[in-house]
Amino acid sequence: MSQLSVPHLLGIKDLTVEDIQLVFETADQFKEVLNRPIKKVPSLRDITIANIFFENSTRTKLSFELAEKRLSADVVNFSASQSSVKKGETLVDTVNNILAMKVDMVVMRHSQAGACVFLAKHIDARIVNAGDGAHEHPTQALLDAYSMRQRLGDLTNRRVVIVGDILHSRVALSNIFALNKLGAKVVVCGPKSLIPRYIESLGVEVELNLDKALKKADVVNMLRVQNERMDYSYFPSTREYVMQYGLTMDRLNRLDHTPLIMHPGPINRGVELSSELADSKHAIILDQVENGVAIRMAVLYLLAASLKS
Amino acid sequence: MSETLLLDSKAIHLLLHRLANQLLEHHLDFSNTVLIGLQPRGVFFANRLSQLLRDEYKVSNLSLGFLDITFFRDDFRRSQQPLKANQTKIDFLVENKKVVFIDDVLFTGRSIQSALSAIQSFGRPQAVELMVLIDRRFSRHLPIQPNYRGRQVDAINQERVKVCWKENEGEDAVYIVNSES
Repeated sequence: MSQLSVPHLLGIKDLTVEDIQLVFETADQFKEVLNRPIKKVPSLRDITIANIFFENSTRTKLSFELAEKRLSADVVNFSASQSSVKKGETLVDTVNNILAMKVDMVVMRHSQAGACVFLAKHIDARIVNAGDGAHEHPTQALLDAYSMRQRLGDLTNRRVVIVGDILHSRVALSNIFALNKLGAKVVVCGPKSLIPRYIESLGVEVELNLDKALKKADVVNMLRVQNERMDYSYFPSTREYVMQYGLTMDRLNRLDHTPLIMHPGPINRGVELSSELADSKHAIILDQVENGVAIRMAVLYLLAASLKS
Repeated sequence: MSETLLLDSKAIHLLLHRLANQLLEHHLDFSNTVLIGLQPRGVFFANRLSQLLRDEYKVSNLSLGFLDITFFRDDFRRSQQPLKANQTKIDFLVENKKVVFIDDVLFTGRSIQSALSAIQSFGRPQAVELMVLIDRRFSRHLPIQPNYRGRQVDAINQERVKVCWKENEGEDAVYIVNSES
């Protein structure tokens, strides 16, 4: 198979296993490109991409922009804080205005779940979801699974523990979809108040005790506590959260093996992950960042292929 | 569909030796020369040639790399060409080196044009040469000609040149395949 089965990347849920493998295989070759003295290919030289971020982002935006520039695309950036959205313009109007400037692809982050699906229905451009509310963050899940695969090989029957604020996390949901498709076993762990009800229906295990969850884990993906999305207090105090769900060297030393440690960033050092561990050789956080550019290049390249020249 | 044998294994064996000798004549000890097999099909030819140069002609310091041109193609979004890229493996810089591209068939010349762009990512070569096993005459879209060729053929448009290698297809042979007869 050499083409994606979808015209847009709205979520991992829509992808087939073959799509994911194609993205990985293409990313392998882009990783090689990123290690050349000149790290640029001309594939998207006649494509214009708009990065539309209605929510703050540092690394995702930077990573997409770098990926687009490495593919030789023309890039326009738009962030809500500097836009007419503040003046009351609707999402479709904002994007239609940008499309009138002949943009071929849109990379969008939005605080509302489903915003990208809405956009894909209303405008004639390829859409890449860079995070929509607490719904999906597909490129993050792809780069996470790609980074795991790079270290562990085939992910079939590997045990991946996702720890923290599962309720507000689009990374968790996309990771669950991706890892399930790749045959891994997913365990979610966190305070009961931050675990969505009925999450077992997605085929994951729930474990409220971190030490038990870590026992057979091959990978532990630590999520950030998303204070900005919390409308009330979900746990008594940060101190108590750290004691129960913070990953520290002490906790790791009690295990008879060492799992890979991942974090989608930004890290709250000393909360979900100790500084000592974040900087240790067990953490592959910087690999994730490096792989992010290659994965996003692969996604943009494969989606652009279906655009008419 | 009909197939006509153009070269058998003995003819290919002789061609490989002739081409190896031509390379030796122009590049002597290969101290400033690198061989680049073009993915996917030029790799078999490049491997075979470098093996011959090492084993039979005792060239010890041969640099061989593989270059994939998928991301440099000029027909992206314009044809049904596969999107999937092959591995590029060049563990050396080509800055100021003499580069010899090696491919099995030269047809329109567009792959070579893409390869000329792609190789720039690894430095500025002193010179670039082209070696092909089969040169299809009168089919070029661009002013590109090989420096070394195994055999020149005149093939019409519905004909295709099929190059088989023992390690991949089980035999060394070159066929002209006519899809309309």
